[in-house]
Amino acid sequence: MGVVHGDLMTLNIGPQHPSTHGVLRLRVKTDGEIISEVEPVIGYLHRCFEKHCENVTYEQVIPYTDRCDYIAAMNNNFGYAVAVEELMDLHVPDRVEHIRVIVSELNRLASHLLALGTFGLDVGAFTPFLYMFRDRERILDLFEVLCGARLLYNYIWVGGLSHDFPKGFEEKIIDFLDYFEPQLDEYNGILTYNKIFIERTADVGVLPAEVAISYGVTGPNLRGSGVKWDLRKDDTYSIYEQFDFNIPVGTGTVGTVGDCWDRYYVRMLEMTESIKIIRQAVKALPSGDVHQALPKKIRPPKGSVYKRTESPRGDLGYYIESDGSPVPYRLKMRSPAFTALSVMGEIASGWMMSDVLAILGSLDIVLGEIDR
Amino acid sequence: MTIDQLINWIPFGADWPATTFFIAVLVCALIIFIFIAAYALTAIYGEVKISSFMQDKVGPMGQGVGFHTGKFGLLQPVADALKLLLKEDIIPALADKKLFIMAPFVVFIGAFISFAALPFNQHTIVADLNIGIFYILAVGSLSVIGIILAGWGSNNKWSLYGGMRSAAQIVSYEIPAGLSIVTVIMLTGTLSMQGIIEFQTGTIWGIFPNWIIFNNPFSFIAFFLFFISGVAECNRTPFDIPEAESELVAGAFTEYSGLRYAFFFLSEYAEMFVVSAVATTAFLGGWLSPVSGYFEGPVWGLFWFMGKSLFLVFVMLWFRWTFPRLRVDQLMSVCWKVFLPFTLVNIFGVAIWSLIVG
Repeated sequence: MGVVHGDLMTLNIGPQHPSTHGVLRLRVKTDGEIISEVEPVIGYLHRCFEKHCENVTYEQVIPYTDRCDYIAAMNNNFGYAVAVEELMDLHVPDRVEHIRVIVSELNRLASHLLALGTFGLDVGAFTPFLYMFRDRERILDLFEVLCGARLLYNYIWVGGLSHDFPKGFEEKIIDFLDYFEPQLDEYNGILTYNKIFIERTADVGVLPAEVAISYGVTGPNLRGSGVKWDLRKDDTYSIYEQFDFNIPVGTGTVGTVGDCWDRYYVRMLEMTESIKIIRQAVKALPSGDVHQALPKKIRPPKGSVYKRTESPRGDLGYYIESDGSPVPYRLKMRSPAFTALSVMGEIASGWMMSDVLAILGSLDIVLGEIDR
Repeated sequence: MTIDQLINWIPFGADWPATTFFIAVLVCALIIFIFIAAYALTAIYGEVKISSFMQDKVGPMGQGVGFHTGKFGLLQPVADALKLLLKEDIIPALADKKLFIMAPFVVFIGAFISFAALPFNQHTIVADLNIGIFYILAVGSLSVIGIILAGWGSNNKWSLYGGMRSAAQIVSYEIPAGLSIVTVIMLTGTLSMQGIIEFQTGTIWGIFPNWIIFNNPFSFIAFFLFFISGVAECNRTPFDIPEAESELVAGAFTEYSGLRYAFFFLSEYAEMFVVSAVATTAFLGGWLSPVSGYFEGPVWGLFWFMGKSLFLVFVMLWFRWTFPRLRVDQLMSVCWKVFLPFTLVNIFGVAIWSLIVG
């Protein structure tokens, strides 16, 4: 009997595929079900965000930041506003800081719900996805009440906010949290501790801490590998140091530290922490005028700033170079999803077809932010 | 009504036996086809409504005036069917045309001719074959050929993946399914569907129905092994890896549209019913009433048979909306490392049991 030689088959997963989370193309080399090489091909959603920013004023950049990570637009607004304020040495009123924290944590909840739901969908669980979307919808309804938009808010402005909280909005938030907290147990029941789900995700796509750090992976993906790194605590911004919350890390409860299940579960635990932060912030919400510190014309002094904040996907950094004019000379965004995707080739090779999509889902990428 | 009675009933039967036989077969086929279509529409409606109930949404609803989808969305399956019928029939330019066209029919035939041996009640069976249950298991595996043809003929990598996965899965799960049925055959001593049901008449200690599932511990396990293997053979979640929509787009059916796709869809639902009906016949007493001596007769028989089968179909839907999907290697290891040893032990256990008790 001679040895059978087979060529590897090249397969394009995407850009039109049900589970690539946007227009991502994975060029994979397969040997039957085994994937021997994964190469993400990006750029299908490139909209010249950074170049656009060089031609619009600082205020006009904010709607563009919405469209980068459209799943967590509040956090993107927040990061940009904080960066420009640091450049201008501008301090915002306490009420503004509190509201910013509340809305960005609410948006973190919405973003994690989407991440977990679509991850469930990637491994074939349909119902949890709809449960999570049902609850995400309530958050979007809250945002609609707040600023009229459901996805792209343009809410957090440099030096303030576009609107104050409407009357009775705090109660609405607390009502939502009271409803939402028990739902987490339901998710855990139907998905997290499901035997098949654990079989599919535990020990799959293990991302060791040193690999994660060397690739610059941040956010829940890094914490899933057991590294306790969260900018809200480690390089604190806004008023996060006032709040009491924990940073959950992956512990390898059902498998190895840094597997898909850990990345999933860290997000689940982070939702509990976000709820804690929102409750504290609503309780401590001071009164005041949110438009008080809003500058008439944003003309930062000559200089540059690099400010990073913790978006639901990790370290979201804005590098802004100012030449003293009302438009940024150069703006560069450090995208957390981009680094998360770059690790894909490293950890997804050698797994099976189904695992590759599970790993992709567990990294929680948003193509709007990767391609910018 | 068996096909033999139908032949005798036709007045000129004795003069032209071949023609009579052909007519009788056509009549039976037509009745079965109408039954499958009606059942599939019901099942599709059930699936959307049950999934809506489980997923906290409303599903199809009829609102307002005009031709919407009727009260409670009752016309939704009709609208779906109509849409599939009216869609453009696309055959990819590079597809193997003959295989591509043939595949849906091969799949459908596999599911369709299984109905010939299903006993709907005491009298309603097309042909009470003396190898009935064996026949159903045998023709049930025809569909795998169709799926491979579809996967290969589409000339699409996703389809090929789906076809190969499906082949491996269906062929593997035939074995535990068949071996679980062997335990039934060992107890009843017959392969005839009606014979198996007649074995289950009466009661255990005057209370429980004398169904094979309650006959002994081994047949109790065998029912679950058979049913799960059956779910796997139908490619339903959690074993729907051949058409895993988040991995393989639509597996072997990726390139199909319109009526051809409808045939795949129809045969999937038909197969679900066949598996449920076989499980009902072999383990749950077929058309027998659960309360011995009451609610008997042809109409009740039909009611019990349909009720039990549709309940098992409902359980399959329930699975689908609850579980994630297994990976292909996990699926195989469950089959060969768990189910197969269990079924073999079961056969051994039943043999010992009948030696001691029977």
